[in-house]
Amino acid sequence: MYAQMVKSEATQDDPEKLAGFQARIDAGEKIEPKDWMPEGYRKTLIRQIGQHAHSEIVGQLPEGNWITRAPTLERKAILLAKVQDEAGHGLYLYCAAETLGVSRDELTEMLLDGRMKYSSIFNYPTLTWADMGAVGWLVDGAAIMNQVPLQRTSYGPYSRAMIRICKEESFHQRQGYHIMMKMAQGTPAQKKMAQDALNRFWYPSLMMFGPSDKDSVHSAQSMKWKIKMNTNDELRQKFVDQTVPQAEFLGLTVPDDTLCWNDEKGGYDFAEPDWSEFFDVIQGNGPCNTERRAARNKAWDDGAWVREGLIAHAAKKRAAKLAAE
Amino acid sequence: MTDQTSLFEYLLRLGDNTLVLGHRVSEWCGHAPVLEEDIALANTALDLIGQTQMWLGLAGEVEGAGRSADDLAMLRDVWDFRNLLLVEQPNGDFGQTLMRQCLFDAWHLELLPDLTRASDDRIAAIAAKALKEVTYHLDRSSETVIGLGDGTEESHRRMQAALDLLWPYVGEMFTPDTVDDAMHAAGIAPDLTALRARFDTRIDAILAEATLTKPDSSFAQSGGKTGFRHSEHLGHMLTQMQWLQRAYPGATW
Repeated sequence: MYAQMVKSEATQDDPEKLAGFQARIDAGEKIEPKDWMPEGYRKTLIRQIGQHAHSEIVGQLPEGNWITRAPTLERKAILLAKVQDEAGHGLYLYCAAETLGVSRDELTEMLLDGRMKYSSIFNYPTLTWADMGAVGWLVDGAAIMNQVPLQRTSYGPYSRAMIRICKEESFHQRQGYHIMMKMAQGTPAQKKMAQDALNRFWYPSLMMFGPSDKDSVHSAQSMKWKIKMNTNDELRQKFVDQTVPQAEFLGLTVPDDTLCWNDEKGGYDFAEPDWSEFFDVIQGNGPCNTERRAARNKAWDDGAWVREGLIAHAAKKRAAKLAAE
Repeated sequence: MTDQTSLFEYLLRLGDNTLVLGHRVSEWCGHAPVLEEDIALANTALDLIGQTQMWLGLAGEVEGAGRSADDLAMLRDVWDFRNLLLVEQPNGDFGQTLMRQCLFDAWHLELLPDLTRASDDRIAAIAAKALKEVTYHLDRSSETVIGLGDGTEESHRRMQAALDLLWPYVGEMFTPDTVDDAMHAAGIAPDLTALRARFDTRIDAILAEATLTKPDSSFAQSGGKTGFRHSEHLGHMLTQMQWLQRAYPGATW
């Protein structure tokens, strides 16, 4: 899940139009860019798709951190391809957001000056090679939990972007798990690295689903509009139920003493993450918030001359073509 | 030098060029001026690493000492690397990275068609695959050099500075030594000196459109492809690239 705590916008449109719109959604129709939509729907989607796109872009950084240290040529190639996919996801998502009337540059500016957020998970550092495994296995795994249902979201361009993205994400998750398998079955040092990565990424991964439903004030309207398909707690439970047996298979221990199977609910009972840490990260005080934003700002500022140069050249070419006609 | 030794050396040159340049390009990941460039840089790096797997894989086979492509990439020290000095030069700004890419691509694209006709089928097959990728690499790098050279005053100034900085590393690509001569005699590689005229024609056209001035000097640094004297930059790159394999010897990943 790359969009957290997306604030849904109140909408003050004509009640009759709103009812018609809701009827289309309830009937499972897709809303397309030129269709009428409530202002709140449009604004909430911009916020959610933008946050998702930004997460893909910032998400390049913790994994890019290990491309130059990948242990084999194959691992390097796989990681490069993965990070390239993520940049591609960012691109589809910015395009989907553009259909709602906001430009990529506007969204980028809001990321750079901190007005828009990206997923809390990317504010955690990647310290060892096993973190590349843990990110693929847990972070992409958590993202898929949310993104698979979003393939059925009501907004056409977002839904279609999700269909493409999900195909690649499930591949990434398997690659991550494969790294973990190699490490867990490797030397004692590798196994230790794998356990350490799980210890550090477990709770931040649970946080990716956002606060508990009882504290989540934004869900109801978004669920009604099919912008959000499941509650945070449903998805978190599903993630834990899927991931615990995978950790057992690896011979790794989930860092939660309270974890146990609950026959009655047919799922695991597990400890909540430390939500005060989550709010710290969201407010800019995670371990890497400052670095991540600084890296994106530096890339943007250092690249200004390149963008300006290429635009100037394109304008010259256009002028020359016009003059020749 | 026996033929097999020359062939091994020659394959290391091909594989080390793509390895070192691929690594350099991959350093950009997540830091490019615009999203499309992030994607294009990763794509180029990915192609080059793929070519490395093939060239170094074949090098290991020819050597016959049981070394894999990974062993060759991760467990040799600076003096055993056989890449051109050009490709180990640091990224600098985006313009410097693309100028380095364009100079290398223009050479690479002259070399590969000849290698597709090599007397050794394995080399011909790898070259044929690489040729498709490198054709695109030069399209992109030359277009970017042209766009930035003929862009704003600042982009022009930066591209001219990049060209001036990197030009002394062009000559090494075309200066044959005993390994190149042996490969030429064996019907594997072309006469490097013959590539120069074609390269010049191509580069002159690109630079003219980019409104850049080719430095008036034929001075050429050397020592990369022979391994005699690399720049100080390569050691730092290897320190990072090889770290895991060195720190945890014998582990599989």
